[in-house]
Amino acid sequence: MRWRTLQIWAVLGAELIAGFLAGGCRESNAAAGGPVSPSPMAEPPAATQPSATGPVGIDNFSYNPEVITVPVGTTVTWVNHDDVPHTVTSADKRFVSSPALDTDGRFSQTFTAPGTYAYYCAVHPHMTGKVIVK
Amino acid sequence: MSDHIEKNLANDGIDRRGFLKCMAWAGTGMLWSVSGGVLSSRAFGADDPAVGAAAASADFSFVQVSDSHIGFGKEPNKDVVATFTAAVDRINALPTRPDLLLHTGDLTHLSKPAEFDTVAQVLKGAKCGESFYVPGEHDVFSDGGKAFKDRYGKNTKGTGWHSFEHKGVHFVGLVNVADLKPGGLGTLGVDQIAWLKKDLEPLGASTPVVVYAHVPLWTVFPKWGWGTGDSADALALLKRFGSVTVLNGHIHQVLQKTEGNITFHTARSTAFPQPAPGQAESPGPMKNVAADKLRSMLGLTSVKYVEKHGELAVVDETLE
Repeated sequence: MRWRTLQIWAVLGAELIAGFLAGGCRESNAAAGGPVSPSPMAEPPAATQPSATGPVGIDNFSYNPEVITVPVGTTVTWVNHDDVPHTVTSADKRFVSSPALDTDGRFSQTFTAPGTYAYYCAVHPHMTGKVIVK
Repeated sequence: MSDHIEKNLANDGIDRRGFLKCMAWAGTGMLWSVSGGVLSSRAFGADDPAVGAAAASADFSFVQVSDSHIGFGKEPNKDVVATFTAAVDRINALPTRPDLLLHTGDLTHLSKPAEFDTVAQVLKGAKCGESFYVPGEHDVFSDGGKAFKDRYGKNTKGTGWHSFEHKGVHFVGLVNVADLKPGGLGTLGVDQIAWLKKDLEPLGASTPVVVYAHVPLWTVFPKWGWGTGDSADALALLKRFGSVTVLNGHIHQVLQKTEGNITFHTARSTAFPQPAPGQAESPGPMKNVAADKLRSMLGLTSVKYVEKHGELAVVDETLE
């Protein structure tokens, strides 16, 4: 399966990030923020949010991208763009699963330990994805 | 579309009555008649006298409604309560009162208490005998099925499976949406299959059996999760019976298949249509469907089961 590592962005506003992802994950020229160093930060600068990525889009009954790789401590956000509800449900109960995400519903989860976190949609279990935390 | 407008109150090109007329495909259900142990079915439409006539000469009849998705409110149907109510109105317009009503799941869209309330309120108006329900995945995914079972699965076993006899026909409601596994299809589970084995054991092979569950018990399209992974174990237990009718929902369209003495049938949704297997990027609701095209596209298809050399044959016919 093809996957790519997403760059880690400071939270600049959800729509801006969604725009980056829709545009194919291109380099950011944003004046404020810009890419956050993927190296662990004990104390994030006061002006920015903790390390975060996403959103992972839920489009046409699939997670986009299906696999993401992030550093320890990253908060991953999913957003449902479909007209039907979906969930982000841990396949092995290693993180707290989302409630039902209706259209435009969002769910965030911070991954504090390395590992591979498989998840799926409890409504449509043929939908699967992974978060790889390094 | 102009022939669907009688009172254009919102100035949006369609009134409520016209909307319901356009949505004829959505306010549908199935009427089943049993005559001498042989089942026949028709999708019921408001203007079809044959539907009532079939029921009048039968031993008894029952209706199947499915996928009411109360709580859904987007294109192509922003008023799923109205279309569900339209289905109930059609049940009530039948000349013969159905003995039973089976709802084959996805009563609600998000399994919210208010949605379950609305389902009960709408069905309270249905003039028929007892109602039976099996859950769809939309009814159980938020709380493991507790709310569904408390309200619609009283006196059922496990996650909501049950059986009963009615005038010589054995009815079995199965649950194949509980404890879904990632990447997988619907599942019945070993406990339910063991129960089914015991449930069927005392029955003679000539007993007509009606099985109903939400997700199809045959593999329609695995890529979209349209099938039940361990259905073969259940079907093996049903093979010895001379007449088995399997009723499902989930895929929001009519499909039939006959395998030996087992006839499979999926019902339409009362809420919104879904694309034919593999004919769209995803199994989401068909949205951009012209109102005047809906009726011809989805139509009202009926199915009739006729006895033929000891087997059941499926005859497709349209009501138009």
